[in-house]
Amino acid sequence: MHISEGVLAAPVLVIGAATAVIGCGVGLKKIDYDKIPRVAVLSSAFFVASLIHVPLGPTNVHLVLNGIVGIILGWASFPALLVALLLQAVLFQFGGITTLGINTVNMALPAVICFYLFSALIRGKNRILAMIAGFAAGFISVFISGTLVASSLVFTGEEFMATAKLVVIAHFPVMVIEGIITASVVGFLRKVRPKILEGIEI
Amino acid sequence: MIEQAFTRVDSIISDIDPRIRIVYAVIFSVIVAITDKVVVAGLALAFSMIFSILVRLKIKLILRRLLIVNFFIIVLWFILPFSRPGNIIFSLGNLNITYEGVVHTLLITIKCNAIVLTWIAMISSCGIFELVHAFSHLHIPDKLIYLFFLLYRYVYVLSSEYGILRNALKVRGFRPRTSLLTYRTYGYVIGTLLLRSYDLSEQVHKAMICRGFKGKYWLLDHFKIDKMDFLLGTFMLLSIISLGILQWAKIIH
Repeated sequence: MHISEGVLAAPVLVIGAATAVIGCGVGLKKIDYDKIPRVAVLSSAFFVASLIHVPLGPTNVHLVLNGIVGIILGWASFPALLVALLLQAVLFQFGGITTLGINTVNMALPAVICFYLFSALIRGKNRILAMIAGFAAGFISVFISGTLVASSLVFTGEEFMATAKLVVIAHFPVMVIEGIITASVVGFLRKVRPKILEGIEI
Repeated sequence: MIEQAFTRVDSIISDIDPRIRIVYAVIFSVIVAITDKVVVAGLALAFSMIFSILVRLKIKLILRRLLIVNFFIIVLWFILPFSRPGNIIFSLGNLNITYEGVVHTLLITIKCNAIVLTWIAMISSCGIFELVHAFSHLHIPDKLIYLFFLLYRYVYVLSSEYGILRNALKVRGFRPRTSLLTYRTYGYVIGTLLLRSYDLSEQVHKAMICRGFKGKYWLLDHFKIDKMDFLLGTFMLLSIISLGILQWAKIIH
């Protein structure tokens, strides 16, 4: 999911950084100081959850979870994922400063899109519909992320076409798993604490 | 599962003011990221190696980390040399390896490693408190710093929380497989993590209100720029200038 340092072209990095700044600006504006502990602790939970490796046939994949991040955090996904990626870079050196912007956008933009597409259904009365929307949020967020990563590569240079295709193909099984897991997170939270799904902005 | 393996307090790099280290790492990374000259990238790699030696980390630790970071780069080596058009230097059946492809992939490899090594030497060697402190001097929005700090603080709490959940699963004989049951179980685990973190955030918030928190982090110690800072700072500045000259002056085409 991460694009390494030194791969992407300058215009892609600049557009990524600019979009991330705008997204974080909107996100930070939507949360006041009282909400920050909640956003921070929830993003810690997502940070830990994204370190879980789930089995997939002979190999395993790690979760992205930006669908459910978007449902709960809305626009605050931008600053939340930015600091999470920064912490990852500091602790594990996955990604660094020049790719921080584009990597944030590739993860947070799908989260915000899912927030607008699915949060109403997920918070709605019908449990089955909510879980289907949860599946769709998990599936589609990873699909958009994969597509964004692929297009960052293609905009860097035509020679990345093959790599970009590989990235999209590699994301397909992850989409299904993310869908199932997001659906069960939604089902679980609706039963146990529906308030969490109502999001951060209330 | 989460450790700050790279924090050092006893090297000449860790004596440098974190603000200088952050600014250096950012400027250095930007120049290296946009360069298309192998010379600039090579020189940058040399600088980054000097700094990662100066930071006195275990070589094995750095190499192991580089191996993980280079995973994506290794994938690129199997694709890029074949897909960039140019002078063919080697043919494998239908597949042609081009000179331009190899140079381009090599350039990416050098750039990636130079940036990551500098990042390890300058940023990862910082303690998080030092980083947060330096961020507040560098005019990063308060809310973002506050978010970053709390995220860092509670990642440890929640990762031990996850450890408890994992043990609970193990005790009940749960074995992760490629099955619907496994994925649903992980969904519930993540749901439980979110639940715990939600309650925790309520407590954190209340505790902070009790202590009179109004959005300002008071700093108890302050950075001082001393002689050593100045010396190494000069060397860092020179390295940036030399990279800049090589990149933008018309000496090498």
